[in-house]
Amino acid sequence: MERVVITGMGVVAPNGTGIPAFTEAVKQGISGIRFDPQLEALDFSCRIAGTPEVTEALKLQYFDPLELKGFNSGAVLYGVMAGMEAWQDARLPGGKEAQQPDWDSGVIFGTGSSGVDKMREAIHRVDELQVRRLGSTVVAQTMASGISAWLGGKLALGNQVTTNSSACTTGAESLLMAYDRIRAGKARRILAGSTTDGGPYVWGGFDAMKVCTFKNNDRPAAGSRPMSATASGFVPGAGAGALVVESLESALERNATIYAEIAGGHVNSGGQRNEGSMTAPNSEAVQRCIREAVREAGIHPDEIDAINGHLTATSKDATEVVNWSLALNRSGTKFPYVNALKCLVGHCLSASGSIELVAAVLQLQQGFLFPNINSEDLHPEIAAIVPREKIPQQLVYKDLQVIAKASFGFGDVNACVILKKYKP
Amino acid sequence: MDKTALMATIKEVVAPYTKNPEALATLNEDTDFLRDLKINSANLVDVVLDVEEKFNIVIDNESMEKMINVRAAMEVVENKLAAP
Repeated sequence: MERVVITGMGVVAPNGTGIPAFTEAVKQGISGIRFDPQLEALDFSCRIAGTPEVTEALKLQYFDPLELKGFNSGAVLYGVMAGMEAWQDARLPGGKEAQQPDWDSGVIFGTGSSGVDKMREAIHRVDELQVRRLGSTVVAQTMASGISAWLGGKLALGNQVTTNSSACTTGAESLLMAYDRIRAGKARRILAGSTTDGGPYVWGGFDAMKVCTFKNNDRPAAGSRPMSATASGFVPGAGAGALVVESLESALERNATIYAEIAGGHVNSGGQRNEGSMTAPNSEAVQRCIREAVREAGIHPDEIDAINGHLTATSKDATEVVNWSLALNRSGTKFPYVNALKCLVGHCLSASGSIELVAAVLQLQQGFLFPNINSEDLHPEIAAIVPREKIPQQLVYKDLQVIAKASFGFGDVNACVILKKYKP
Repeated sequence: MDKTALMATIKEVVAPYTKNPEALATLNEDTDFLRDLKINSANLVDVVLDVEEKFNIVIDNESMEKMINVRAAMEVVENKLAAP
Protein backbone atom coordinates (compact mmCIF):
# COMPACT_ATOMS: atom_id res chain seq x y z
CA MET A 1 0.00 0.00 0.00
CA GLU A 2 0.93 3.64 -0.48
CA ARG A 3 3.22 5.25 2.08
CA VAL A 4 1.67 8.46 3.37
CA VAL A 5 3.46 11.62 4.44
CA ILE A 6 2.74 15.11 5.73
CA THR A 7 3.84 17.92 3.43
CA GLY A 8 2.22 21.07 4.77
CA MET A 9 0.87 22.54 8.00
CA GLY A 10 -1.17 25.47 9.23
CA VAL A 11 -2.42 26.52 12.64
CA VAL A 12 -4.50 29.09 14.47
CA ALA A 13 -3.83 28.52 18.16
CA PRO A 14 -4.38 30.56 21.31
CA ASN A 15 -0.63 31.06 21.66
CA GLY A 16 0.19 31.69 18.02
CA THR A 17 -1.51 32.29 14.69
CA GLY A 18 0.45 30.78 11.83
CA ILE A 19 3.19 28.14 11.99
CA PRO A 20 6.16 30.49 12.70
CA ALA A 21 4.51 32.22 15.69
CA PHE A 22 3.09 28.95 17.02
CA THR A 23 6.44 27.14 16.74
CA GLU A 24 8.18 29.90 18.66
CA ALA A 25 5.49 29.99 21.37
CA VAL A 26 5.53 26.21 21.81
CA LYS A 27 9.33 26.06 22.07
CA GLN A 28 9.46 28.94 24.51
CA GLY A 29 6.60 27.61 26.61
CA ILE A 30 4.46 30.70 26.04
CA SER A 31 0.89 30.30 27.25
CA GLY A 32 -2.09 31.46 25.22
CA ILE A 33 -4.43 31.39 28.21
CA ARG A 34 -5.84 34.78 29.19
CA PHE A 35 -8.45 36.21 31.52
CA ASP A 36 -11.75 36.54 29.62
CA PRO A 37 -13.90 39.47 30.82
CA GLN A 38 -16.93 38.18 28.88
CA LEU A 39 -16.86 34.93 30.87
CA GLU A 40 -16.70 36.97 34.07
CA ALA A 41 -19.60 39.18 32.96
CA LEU A 42 -21.67 36.07 32.22
CA ASP A 43 -20.90 34.62 35.65
CA PHE A 44 -18.92 31.59 34.48
CA SER A 45 -17.05 29.56 37.07
CA CYS A 46 -14.03 29.34 34.77
CA ARG A 47 -13.07 32.83 33.60
CA ILE A 48 -9.86 32.03 31.74
CA ALA A 49 -9.67 30.69 28.20
CA GLY A 50 -7.49 30.24 25.13
CA THR A 51 -8.79 32.35 22.26
CA PRO A 52 -6.63 32.88 19.15
CA GLU A 53 -5.77 36.45 18.22
CA VAL A 54 -6.84 37.26 14.65
CA THR A 55 -6.57 40.83 13.35
CA GLU A 56 -8.89 42.27 10.69
CA ALA A 57 -5.88 42.68 8.39
CA LEU A 58 -5.08 38.98 8.73
CA LYS A 59 -8.69 38.01 7.95
CA LEU A 60 -8.41 39.91 4.66
CA GLN A 61 -5.48 37.71 3.62
CA TYR A 62 -7.86 34.73 3.56
CA PHE A 63 -11.33 36.17 2.90
CA ASP A 64 -12.60 38.83 0.50
CA PRO A 65 -14.64 41.74 1.92
CA LEU A 66 -17.92 40.27 0.67
CA GLU A 67 -17.27 37.01 2.52
CA LEU A 68 -16.67 38.99 5.70
CA LYS A 69 -20.01 40.79 5.38
CA GLY A 70 -22.23 39.38 8.15
CA PHE A 71 -19.47 36.91 9.02
CA ASN A 72 -19.57 35.52 12.57
CA SER A 73 -18.26 31.95 12.60
CA GLY A 74 -15.12 31.20 14.58
CA ALA A 75 -14.95 27.63 13.30
CA VAL A 76 -14.97 28.73 9.66
CA LEU A 77 -12.57 31.61 10.34
CA TYR A 78 -9.92 29.53 12.13
CA GLY A 79 -10.36 26.52 9.85
CA VAL A 80 -10.03 28.46 6.61
CA MET A 81 -6.94 30.26 7.87
CA ALA A 82 -5.22 27.08 9.07
CA GLY A 83 -6.28 25.09 6.01
CA MET A 84 -5.15 27.69 3.50
CA GLU A 85 -1.84 28.14 5.33
CA ALA A 86 -1.22 24.38 5.17
CA TRP A 87 -2.05 24.22 1.45
CA GLN A 88 0.24 27.16 0.70
CA ASP A 89 2.94 25.70 2.95
CA ALA A 90 2.79 22.51 0.85
CA ARG A 91 3.24 24.73 -2.25
CA LEU A 92 0.11 23.27 -3.81
CA PRO A 93 -1.83 25.20 -6.44
CA GLY A 94 -5.41 26.29 -5.91
CA GLY A 95 -7.23 29.46 -5.22
CA LYS A 96 -8.75 32.00 -7.56
CA GLU A 97 -6.47 31.11 -10.47
CA ALA A 98 -7.59 27.45 -10.49
CA GLN A 99 -10.05 27.02 -13.36
CA GLN A 100 -10.84 23.33 -12.80
CA PRO A 101 -11.29 21.13 -9.71
CA ASP A 102 -8.29 19.04 -8.69
CA TRP A 103 -9.84 15.54 -8.76
CA ASP A 104 -6.95 14.04 -6.80
CA SER A 105 -7.18 16.44 -3.84
CA GLY A 106 -9.83 16.59 -1.14
CA VAL A 107 -10.47 17.87 2.35
CA ILE A 108 -11.55 16.10 5.53
CA PHE A 109 -11.90 18.86 8.08
CA GLY A 110 -13.73 18.18 11.31
CA THR A 111 -15.55 20.29 13.84
CA GLY A 112 -17.76 19.86 16.88
CA SER A 113 -19.99 22.78 16.01
CA SER A 114 -19.88 25.61 13.52
CA GLY A 115 -20.84 29.25 13.87
CA VAL A 116 -22.55 29.02 17.23
CA ASP A 117 -22.44 32.84 17.53
CA LYS A 118 -23.96 33.15 14.06
CA MET A 119 -26.67 30.65 15.02
CA ARG A 120 -27.39 32.71 18.14
CA GLU A 121 -27.89 35.81 15.93
CA ALA A 122 -30.23 33.80 13.70
CA ILE A 123 -32.23 32.42 16.63
CA HIS A 124 -32.82 35.94 17.96
CA ARG A 125 -33.91 37.18 14.52
CA VAL A 126 -36.30 34.26 14.01
CA ASP A 127 -37.85 34.74 17.44
CA GLU A 128 -38.34 38.44 16.64
CA LEU A 129 -40.33 37.40 13.53
CA GLN A 130 -37.48 38.62 11.31
CA VAL A 131 -36.66 35.37 9.51
CA ARG A 132 -36.63 37.16 6.14
CA ARG A 133 -33.88 39.46 7.38
CA LEU A 134 -31.42 36.60 7.94
CA GLY A 135 -29.97 37.08 4.47
CA SER A 136 -27.92 34.43 2.71
CA THR A 137 -25.09 33.97 5.20
CA VAL A 138 -26.49 31.75 7.97
CA VAL A 139 -26.42 28.31 6.38
CA ALA A 140 -22.88 28.35 5.05
CA GLN A 141 -21.54 29.50 8.41
CA THR A 142 -23.56 27.16 10.62
CA MET A 143 -23.86 23.87 8.72
CA ALA A 144 -21.53 21.30 10.25
CA SER A 145 -19.81 20.77 6.90
CA GLY A 146 -19.33 24.53 6.47
CA ILE A 147 -15.60 24.37 7.06
CA SER A 148 -14.89 21.68 4.47
CA ALA A 149 -17.20 23.44 2.01
CA TRP A 150 -15.39 26.77 2.42
CA LEU A 151 -11.97 25.15 2.02
CA GLY A 152 -13.09 22.99 -0.89
CA GLY A 153 -14.28 26.08 -2.74
CA LYS A 154 -11.28 28.25 -1.99
CA LEU A 155 -8.83 25.53 -3.06
CA ALA A 156 -10.87 24.03 -5.95
CA LEU A 157 -10.76 20.54 -4.43
CA GLY A 158 -12.44 17.84 -6.53
CA ASN A 159 -11.95 14.73 -4.40
CA GLN A 160 -13.91 14.01 -1.21
CA VAL A 161 -14.96 17.18 0.64
CA THR A 162 -16.38 16.33 4.06
CA THR A 163 -16.48 17.09 7.76
CA ASN A 164 -16.04 14.51 10.49
CA SER A 165 -17.13 14.96 14.10
CA SER A 166 -16.10 12.87 17.09
CA ALA A 167 -15.70 15.30 19.98
CA CYS A 168 -12.08 15.74 21.08
CA THR A 169 -10.77 12.94 18.85
CA THR A 170 -12.00 14.78 15.75
CA GLY A 171 -8.59 16.07 14.61
CA ALA A 172 -6.72 12.80 15.05
CA GLU A 173 -9.59 11.02 13.34
CA SER A 174 -9.59 13.34 10.30
CA LEU A 175 -5.86 12.70 9.81
CA LEU A 176 -6.44 8.94 9.93
CA MET A 177 -9.40 9.17 7.55
CA ALA A 178 -7.15 11.01 5.12
CA TYR A 179 -4.41 8.42 5.63
CA ASP A 180 -6.84 5.55 4.93
CA ARG A 181 -8.25 7.19 1.80
CA ILE A 182 -4.82 7.85 0.35
CA ARG A 183 -3.57 4.37 1.22
CA ALA A 184 -6.60 2.93 -0.54
CA GLY A 185 -5.56 4.86 -3.66
CA LYS A 186 -8.74 6.96 -3.73
CA ALA A 187 -6.98 10.31 -3.35
CA ARG A 188 -3.44 11.62 -3.65
CA ARG A 189 -3.73 14.58 -1.28
CA ILE A 190 -6.16 15.36 1.53
CA LEU A 191 -6.21 18.53 3.59
CA ALA A 192 -6.90 17.05 7.03
CA GLY A 193 -7.66 19.13 10.07
CA SER A 194 -10.16 20.28 12.61
CA THR A 195 -11.52 23.49 14.01
CA THR A 196 -13.81 24.81 16.70
CA ASP A 197 -15.70 27.92 17.66
CA GLY A 198 -14.88 29.39 21.03
CA GLY A 199 -16.78 31.67 23.36
CA PRO A 200 -19.37 31.37 26.10
CA TYR A 201 -22.05 29.60 24.07
CA VAL A 202 -19.65 26.76 23.22
CA TRP A 203 -17.92 26.57 26.59
CA GLY A 204 -21.00 27.09 28.79
CA GLY A 205 -22.00 23.43 28.76
CA PHE A 206 -18.54 22.39 29.93
CA ASP A 207 -18.52 25.08 32.60
CA ALA A 208 -21.86 23.78 33.89
CA MET A 209 -20.48 20.22 34.04
CA LYS A 210 -17.67 21.57 36.26
CA VAL A 211 -15.05 19.98 34.03
CA CYS A 212 -13.32 23.35 33.61
CA THR A 213 -11.05 24.71 36.33
CA PHE A 214 -12.49 27.45 38.52
CA LYS A 215 -9.44 27.68 40.78
CA ASN A 216 -7.09 29.58 38.50
CA ASN A 217 -9.02 32.68 37.48
CA ASP A 218 -6.37 34.89 39.08
CA ARG A 219 -3.44 33.25 37.27
CA PRO A 220 -4.34 32.51 33.63
CA ALA A 221 -0.91 31.38 32.39
CA ALA A 222 -0.66 28.91 35.27
CA GLY A 223 -4.26 27.80 34.89
CA SER A 224 -3.91 24.86 32.49
CA ARG A 225 -2.08 22.21 34.50
CA PRO A 226 -1.83 18.82 32.77
CA MET A 227 -0.19 16.09 34.87
CA SER A 228 -0.07 18.35 37.93
CA ALA A 229 -1.16 17.30 41.42
CA THR A 230 -3.19 20.53 41.44
CA ALA A 231 -4.86 19.91 38.04
CA SER A 232 -8.46 20.92 38.68
CA GLY A 233 -10.11 20.84 35.25
CA PHE A 234 -9.36 21.95 31.75
CA VAL A 235 -9.17 25.50 30.41
CA PRO A 236 -11.41 25.90 27.35
CA GLY A 237 -9.82 26.96 24.08
CA ALA A 238 -10.50 27.47 20.40
CA GLY A 239 -8.65 27.45 17.09
CA ALA A 240 -7.79 25.11 14.25
CA GLY A 241 -4.97 22.94 12.97
CA ALA A 242 -4.43 21.60 9.44
CA LEU A 243 -2.09 19.10 7.83
CA VAL A 244 -1.62 18.24 4.16
CA VAL A 245 -1.63 14.43 3.97
CA GLU A 246 -0.15 13.14 0.74
CA SER A 247 0.93 9.91 -0.89
CA LEU A 248 4.70 9.58 -0.82
CA GLU A 249 4.65 9.11 -4.57
CA SER A 250 2.86 12.42 -5.11
CA ALA A 251 5.14 14.21 -2.65
CA LEU A 252 8.26 12.90 -4.41
CA GLU A 253 6.88 13.79 -7.85
CA ARG A 254 6.33 17.36 -6.68
CA ASN A 255 9.64 17.47 -4.86
CA ALA A 256 7.68 18.55 -1.77
CA THR A 257 9.12 19.13 1.68
CA ILE A 258 8.27 16.07 3.78
CA TYR A 259 7.72 16.89 7.45
CA ALA A 260 6.95 13.37 8.68
CA GLU A 261 5.52 10.01 7.70
CA ILE A 262 2.26 8.67 9.10
CA ALA A 263 3.35 5.18 10.08
CA GLY A 264 -0.08 4.05 11.19
CA GLY A 265 -2.91 4.66 13.56
CA HIS A 266 -6.10 3.36 15.03
CA VAL A 267 -9.57 4.61 15.95
CA ASN A 268 -11.96 2.81 18.31
CA SER A 269 -14.54 3.20 21.05
CA GLY A 270 -15.02 1.69 24.47
CA GLY A 271 -18.71 1.31 23.78
CA GLN A 272 -19.50 3.18 27.02
CA ARG A 273 -19.13 -0.09 28.87
CA ASN A 274 -17.20 -1.02 32.00
CA GLU A 275 -15.90 2.31 33.37
CA GLY A 276 -16.48 3.93 29.95
CA SER A 277 -19.38 6.39 29.65
CA MET A 278 -20.47 9.41 27.65
CA THR A 279 -17.78 11.44 29.43
CA ALA A 280 -15.22 8.89 30.68
CA PRO A 281 -13.00 6.49 28.77
CA ASN A 282 -13.03 2.73 28.98
CA SER A 283 -9.35 2.08 29.75
CA GLU A 284 -9.36 -1.28 28.00
CA ALA A 285 -10.40 0.50 24.78
CA VAL A 286 -7.73 3.19 25.23
CA GLN A 287 -5.00 0.58 25.67
CA ARG A 288 -6.30 -1.41 22.74
CA CYS A 289 -6.34 1.71 20.55
CA ILE A 290 -2.70 2.47 21.36
CA ARG A 291 -1.61 -1.17 20.84
CA GLU A 292 -3.43 -1.44 17.52
CA ALA A 293 -1.88 1.84 16.32
CA VAL A 294 1.59 0.53 17.19
CA ARG A 295 0.86 -2.78 15.50
CA GLU A 296 -0.41 -1.12 12.35
CA ALA A 297 2.63 1.15 12.26
CA GLY A 298 4.80 -1.98 12.25
CA ILE A 299 7.03 -0.74 15.05
CA HIS A 300 8.02 -2.12 18.46
CA PRO A 301 6.55 -0.12 21.39
CA ASP A 302 10.11 0.56 22.59
CA GLU A 303 10.76 2.58 19.42
CA ILE A 304 8.42 5.35 20.58
CA ASP A 305 10.63 8.25 21.66
CA ALA A 306 7.90 10.60 22.84
CA ILE A 307 4.21 10.73 23.58
CA ASN A 308 2.14 13.78 22.72
CA GLY A 309 -0.76 13.00 25.00
CA HIS A 310 -4.39 13.99 25.29
CA LEU A 311 -3.75 15.08 28.93
CA THR A 312 -6.41 17.70 29.56
CA ALA A 313 -5.56 18.71 33.16
CA THR A 314 -8.33 16.77 34.83
CA SER A 315 -8.19 13.89 37.31
CA LYS A 316 -8.11 11.58 34.27
CA ASP A 317 -4.50 12.50 33.40
CA ALA A 318 -3.13 9.85 35.75
CA THR A 319 -5.45 7.24 34.20
CA GLU A 320 -4.16 8.18 30.75
CA VAL A 321 -0.53 7.75 31.82
CA VAL A 322 -1.34 4.36 33.37
CA ASN A 323 -3.01 3.36 30.09
CA TRP A 324 0.03 4.39 28.03
CA SER A 325 2.27 2.46 30.42
CA LEU A 326 0.19 -0.71 30.20
CA ALA A 327 -0.36 -0.47 26.44
CA LEU A 328 3.35 0.02 25.68
CA ASN A 329 4.58 -2.12 28.57
CA ARG A 330 7.00 0.64 29.54
CA SER A 331 7.55 2.45 32.83
CA GLY A 332 10.25 4.13 34.91
CA THR A 333 13.39 5.10 32.99
CA LYS A 334 12.07 3.11 30.00
CA PHE A 335 9.02 5.35 29.68
CA PRO A 336 9.00 7.66 26.60
CA TYR A 337 9.22 11.44 26.95
CA VAL A 338 5.83 13.06 27.49
CA ASN A 339 4.46 16.35 26.21
CA ALA A 340 1.05 17.87 26.92
CA LEU A 341 0.33 20.82 24.65
CA LYS A 342 -2.79 21.77 26.60
CA CYS A 343 -0.55 23.40 29.22
CA LEU A 344 0.05 26.17 26.63
CA VAL A 345 -3.23 26.38 24.68
CA GLY A 346 -5.88 24.85 26.95
CA HIS A 347 -8.32 22.31 25.60
CA CYS A 348 -9.28 23.36 22.08
CA LEU A 349 -12.05 20.71 21.98
CA SER A 350 -12.65 19.42 18.44
CA ALA A 351 -9.58 21.37 17.22
CA SER A 352 -7.30 19.96 19.91
CA GLY A 353 -6.21 16.86 18.00
CA SER A 354 -5.14 18.81 14.92
CA ILE A 355 -3.37 21.61 16.81
CA GLU A 356 -1.53 18.99 18.88
CA LEU A 357 -0.66 16.96 15.77
CA VAL A 358 0.87 20.08 14.25
CA ALA A 359 2.97 20.45 17.42
CA ALA A 360 3.93 16.76 17.32
CA VAL A 361 5.06 16.99 13.69
CA LEU A 362 7.12 20.10 14.51
CA GLN A 363 8.71 18.17 17.39
CA LEU A 364 9.66 15.34 15.09
CA GLN A 365 10.86 17.54 12.26
CA GLN A 366 12.90 19.92 14.39
CA GLY A 367 13.82 17.47 17.16
CA PHE A 368 12.61 18.99 20.40
CA LEU A 369 10.56 18.45 23.54
CA PHE A 370 8.72 21.58 24.56
CA PRO A 371 8.33 22.80 28.14
CA ASN A 372 5.48 21.14 30.06
CA ILE A 373 4.68 24.29 31.98
CA ASN A 374 2.60 24.06 35.17
CA SER A 375 3.66 20.47 35.82
CA GLU A 376 6.14 21.39 38.57
CA ASP A 377 3.99 19.58 41.16
CA LEU A 378 3.73 16.31 39.29
CA HIS A 379 0.73 14.16 40.22
CA PRO A 380 2.01 11.38 42.52
CA GLU A 381 0.35 8.60 40.49
CA ILE A 382 2.12 9.91 37.38
CA ALA A 383 5.43 10.38 39.19
CA ALA A 384 5.21 6.73 40.27
CA ILE A 385 5.34 5.68 36.60
CA VAL A 386 7.26 8.43 34.78
CA PRO A 387 10.54 9.91 36.02
CA ARG A 388 10.60 13.71 36.24
CA GLU A 389 13.25 14.03 33.52
CA LYS A 390 10.87 12.36 31.03
CA ILE A 391 8.41 15.23 31.53
CA PRO A 392 10.68 18.19 30.74
CA GLN A 393 9.87 21.63 32.10
CA GLN A 394 12.35 23.34 29.78
CA LEU A 395 12.91 23.18 26.04
CA VAL A 396 15.11 20.16 25.21
CA TYR A 397 16.54 19.61 21.75
CA LYS A 398 16.59 15.89 21.08
CA ASP A 399 16.55 13.76 17.95
CA LEU A 400 13.16 12.05 17.87
CA GLN A 401 12.36 9.23 15.43
CA VAL A 402 8.85 8.21 16.50
CA ILE A 403 6.08 10.12 18.29
CA ALA A 404 2.75 8.67 19.39
CA LYS A 405 -0.16 11.11 19.50
CA ALA A 406 -3.48 10.19 21.05
CA SER A 407 -6.79 11.96 21.50
CA PHE A 408 -9.78 10.80 23.51
CA GLY A 409 -13.29 12.22 23.40
CA PHE A 410 -16.80 12.31 24.80
CA GLY A 411 -18.76 9.33 23.60
CA ASP A 412 -15.88 7.09 24.76
CA VAL A 413 -14.04 7.47 21.44
CA ASN A 414 -10.28 7.14 20.95
CA ALA A 415 -7.70 7.78 18.26
CA CYS A 416 -3.95 7.18 18.20
CA VAL A 417 -1.54 8.23 15.45
CA ILE A 418 2.05 7.02 15.09
CA LEU A 419 4.27 9.59 13.37
CA LYS A 420 7.80 8.87 12.33
CA LYS A 421 10.63 10.79 10.79
CA TYR A 422 10.62 10.30 7.02
CA LYS A 423 13.42 8.15 5.65
CA PRO A 424 13.54 7.36 1.90
CA MET B 1 -35.79 60.99 -5.61
CA ASP B 2 -34.74 61.49 -9.24
CA LYS B 3 -33.72 58.57 -11.41
CA THR B 4 -30.02 59.46 -11.49
CA ALA B 5 -29.78 59.55 -7.70
CA LEU B 6 -31.82 56.35 -7.41
CA MET B 7 -29.56 54.51 -9.86
CA ALA B 8 -26.47 55.79 -8.06
CA THR B 9 -27.78 54.43 -4.76
CA ILE B 10 -28.57 51.04 -6.30
CA LYS B 11 -25.11 50.97 -7.80
CA GLU B 12 -23.66 51.60 -4.37
CA VAL B 13 -25.74 48.78 -2.89
CA VAL B 14 -24.77 46.15 -5.48
CA ALA B 15 -21.09 47.13 -5.62
CA PRO B 16 -19.86 44.78 -2.85
CA TYR B 17 -21.66 41.81 -4.42
CA THR B 18 -20.58 42.22 -8.02
CA LYS B 19 -17.88 40.02 -9.52
CA ASN B 20 -17.62 42.13 -12.67
CA PRO B 21 -16.22 45.63 -12.04
CA GLU B 22 -16.43 46.57 -15.77
CA ALA B 23 -20.20 45.99 -15.85
CA LEU B 24 -20.53 47.91 -12.59
CA ALA B 25 -18.67 50.88 -14.08
CA THR B 26 -21.11 51.03 -17.01
CA LEU B 27 -24.20 50.19 -14.95
CA ASN B 28 -27.46 51.28 -16.60
CA GLU B 29 -31.17 50.39 -16.45
CA ASP B 30 -30.63 47.26 -18.55
CA THR B 31 -27.85 45.86 -16.35
CA ASP B 32 -28.81 42.38 -15.15
CA PHE B 33 -27.69 41.43 -11.65
CA LEU B 34 -26.80 37.82 -12.42
CA ARG B 35 -25.84 37.88 -16.11
CA ASP B 36 -23.94 41.19 -16.21
CA LEU B 37 -22.79 41.87 -12.67
CA LYS B 38 -22.15 38.15 -11.99
CA ILE B 39 -23.70 38.42 -8.55
CA ASN B 40 -23.99 35.02 -6.86
CA SER B 41 -27.71 34.14 -6.94
CA ALA B 42 -27.69 33.43 -3.19
CA ASN B 43 -26.62 37.06 -2.65
CA LEU B 44 -29.75 38.47 -4.35
CA VAL B 45 -31.59 38.32 -1.02
CA ASP B 46 -28.77 40.32 0.56
CA VAL B 47 -29.05 42.95 -2.18
CA VAL B 48 -32.77 43.26 -1.46
CA LEU B 49 -32.18 43.59 2.30
CA ASP B 50 -29.58 46.29 1.67
CA VAL B 51 -31.98 48.14 -0.65
CA GLU B 52 -34.64 47.98 2.09
CA GLU B 53 -32.24 49.43 4.60
CA LYS B 54 -31.01 52.16 2.26
CA PHE B 55 -34.51 53.41 1.43
CA ASN B 56 -36.23 52.46 4.67
CA ILE B 57 -38.84 50.38 2.87
CA VAL B 58 -40.10 46.79 3.09
CA ILE B 59 -40.08 44.73 -0.10
CA ASP B 60 -42.60 41.88 -0.29
CA ASN B 61 -41.75 38.46 -1.74
CA GLU B 62 -43.51 39.12 -5.06
CA SER B 63 -41.58 42.37 -5.63
CA MET B 64 -38.38 40.67 -4.56
CA GLU B 65 -38.77 38.06 -7.29
CA LYS B 66 -38.90 40.82 -9.91
CA MET B 67 -35.69 42.49 -8.80
CA ILE B 68 -33.32 40.86 -11.25
CA ASN B 69 -32.03 43.95 -13.01
CA VAL B 70 -31.51 47.66 -12.34
CA ARG B 71 -34.73 48.77 -14.04
CA ALA B 72 -36.91 46.40 -12.02
CA ALA B 73 -35.14 47.36 -8.80
CA MET B 74 -35.72 51.06 -9.51
CA GLU B 75 -39.41 50.43 -10.22
CA VAL B 76 -39.89 48.48 -7.01
CA VAL B 77 -38.22 51.20 -4.96
CA GLU B 78 -40.18 53.99 -6.68
CA ASN B 79 -43.47 52.17 -6.10
CA LYS B 80 -42.70 51.56 -2.44
CA LEU B 81 -41.59 55.16 -1.90
CA ALA B 82 -44.75 56.43 -3.63
CA ALA B 83 -47.05 54.19 -1.59
CA PRO B 84 -48.97 56.07 1.08
